[in-house]
Amino acid sequence: MSRKVLRTTALAGLVGVLGLAACTPGSGGTAAPSQPAPNASVTTDAASLGNVTLTVWDQEVRGGQEKQMSTLISQFQQAYPNIKIERVSRSFDDLTKTLRLALSGKDAPDVVQANNTRSQMGAFVTAGELVNLDPWAKAYGWDQRYPESVRAVSSYSTDGTTFGSGSLFGLPQVGEVVGVFYSRSKLAKLGIQPPTTWAEFDAALATAKDKGEVPLVLGNLEKWPAGHVFGVVQGRYVPAPEIRALGFGQPGGDWTSAENVKAAQTLVDWVDAGYFNSGFNGQDYDPAWQGFTKGEGVFLIAGSWLQADLSAAMKDDVGFMLPPPSEAGGTAVTTGGTGLPFAITSKAENKDAAAAYINFITSPDAMKVLAENGNLPVVETSQQTAPDALGKDVYAAFDAVSRADGLVPYLDWATPTMGDTLGATLQDLLAKKVSPADALATLQKDYAEFTSK
Amino acid sequence: MSSGTGSTTRRAGPPGEPRRVGYLFVLPAFAVYAAFALYPLLKAVYLSLWHWDGLTLATWAGLSNYADVLGDERLRGAFAHALVLMVFFAVLPLLVGLLLAAVLHRAKVRGLPFFRTVVFLPQVVAMVVIAVAWRRIYAPDGSLNSLLGAVGLDSWARGWLGDYTFALPAVGVVGTWLESGLVTVLLLAGMSRIPTELYEAARLDGAGPVREFLSVTLPSVRAEIAVALTLTVIAALKTFDLIYMTTSGGPGYSTTVPSYEVYRQAFEVGQVGLASTIGVVLTVIIFAISFVITRIGDRGGD
Repeated sequence: MSRKVLRTTALAGLVGVLGLAACTPGSGGTAAPSQPAPNASVTTDAASLGNVTLTVWDQEVRGGQEKQMSTLISQFQQAYPNIKIERVSRSFDDLTKTLRLALSGKDAPDVVQANNTRSQMGAFVTAGELVNLDPWAKAYGWDQRYPESVRAVSSYSTDGTTFGSGSLFGLPQVGEVVGVFYSRSKLAKLGIQPPTTWAEFDAALATAKDKGEVPLVLGNLEKWPAGHVFGVVQGRYVPAPEIRALGFGQPGGDWTSAENVKAAQTLVDWVDAGYFNSGFNGQDYDPAWQGFTKGEGVFLIAGSWLQADLSAAMKDDVGFMLPPPSEAGGTAVTTGGTGLPFAITSKAENKDAAAAYINFITSPDAMKVLAENGNLPVVETSQQTAPDALGKDVYAAFDAVSRADGLVPYLDWATPTMGDTLGATLQDLLAKKVSPADALATLQKDYAEFTSK
Repeated sequence: MSSGTGSTTRRAGPPGEPRRVGYLFVLPAFAVYAAFALYPLLKAVYLSLWHWDGLTLATWAGLSNYADVLGDERLRGAFAHALVLMVFFAVLPLLVGLLLAAVLHRAKVRGLPFFRTVVFLPQVVAMVVIAVAWRRIYAPDGSLNSLLGAVGLDSWARGWLGDYTFALPAVGVVGTWLESGLVTVLLLAGMSRIPTELYEAARLDGAGPVREFLSVTLPSVRAEIAVALTLTVIAALKTFDLIYMTTSGGPGYSTTVPSYEVYRQAFEVGQVGLASTIGVVLTVIIFAISFVITRIGDRGGD
């Protein structure tokens, strides 16, 4: 590069910077805060809306998810020929990455599936890019059909700062619950029943270990899987409201409480007792549960999303149960929530049509379609026919825990950085790089820094 | 990307000194370069001066993002890991490459093109495929541990990518395996250009194979070494896909690297300003190191 060209480049660079300096990043988009819209008149008569085209972005790309979605869309088109659905579906990862840009652009989609987290739904609510669904929730009766704990995970205050309460900003189709998968034949061989109390669970783990089995299967290379194991153990010691405050990143929680220390210590004890498969921090998540289907391990703490795969591989040999309640006969508390909720964007031209679409794909009939295609319907779960034996267990578990309001949020929802902090800290804890107290102090720091803002 | 050369029909001026109209020919290429390289770069520099979540109105940050990058233990760690990877991606491949190339060059092996292809093959395979393959090798029940078990070293077996001491070297070894082929092929090309008279002269002076290598081969491929180092060092510093696919920066934060932090901050945490800052700092470091390497390489050529 000659000196002259260098100078020209530098000059062009300077001009560029000056040109850019004229605008603050983010000033191009809309900045109207999400309105509570209490007076907005809402119509639920979708047929009377005239010709509308709805652009819908979802991430229902896999097997049964894709099938239920396309079935429901074609049913919707038949019921309301005046509303044309233009569907764009992409994988979860791709959707997460593109949604930010798409929503701030001029040609934003009308209905989107936005992750519940603060870095997604929360940020969009703050930016005024999602519509408050409260008026439609009343008009369509979503607030009656969806239990409080399910609605909470899609609720934010209208400025986006408080998560877990306030107004409804999205409506999910499917539920998720973390629990314990077990191998029936293994339990029979060990001569134990599926545990119904924590004491029995402890005993079962010890028996399995004594008889040379791997009691608990964990693949934690991806960092997040241990979060689900911790969530289950946390439900044993920490009261549900406390976990909710921590999980939603609301002020008032305390990671360093004696109960949380007990939970963290339990995990370390499990490691010390050799309950986990060796090298779990370097083990992939998928091969770990695939190993479980091939007879490696007795219990697998994981979520309902593995139902279809485990059932296909193990048939009737696999069962699912909620973690035992902290006291016999009490309510089980476990991590869970919903699939990605559907939300309406502020740029949607016909919000009533968008709401009609969301209502259609979450209606009681839709729940049937969801179940038929092997998904876990988020409401009216017990009324559906499960696809197989394992499905029956999962449906029953989710129904019980969601109706008893025993679902607590994923812990990594708390702050934009918590997913990473939690994953790394639990790897440290399980590898015994840090003590339970230090690990919890790290989590508390992340949580407190965020909630004190 | 040089367009606008070779306008033979309209050559009117004296040869040598380019006329101003020449810049006109550079313009199309420059416009493309400016639009797709310079503008994004400057925009990143500009964004690095703001606290911005990518959605709402940004607030002025001044140089505080830069202070964060220098002050945050974990981000500093990311840069340190990149430097460690440089040893595995650049220095070791260079040593392996020199040895392999010298042997292949000297021994006049039969089927040289075959061996050249084999060592170069990792370069052709997509990084994602490589990462997945190595993940299986390093898994607790993977081939590396089975191999160790087979030779009676069971106590060495571990979940390599989940081990605090070995995760970063394990990722580094993938880099060594990956880049050695490239370096070998580059050096072989360089060595094939060395006149045989030099070797004959050296042998007449009584030089053995080692002396020959040090006095004739090594100085002759100086330029190729510079090119190889530049390419591999840049590959080391901008590693993203390998880390993303193998360890996600774990266990803990023990293998996180700058490019991975850029992705994480921008797409997962939503701190676009900080992400841009990391990107800018990384660019400056890459630029500085490449500059030094090419300088040394050039001096050797004179």
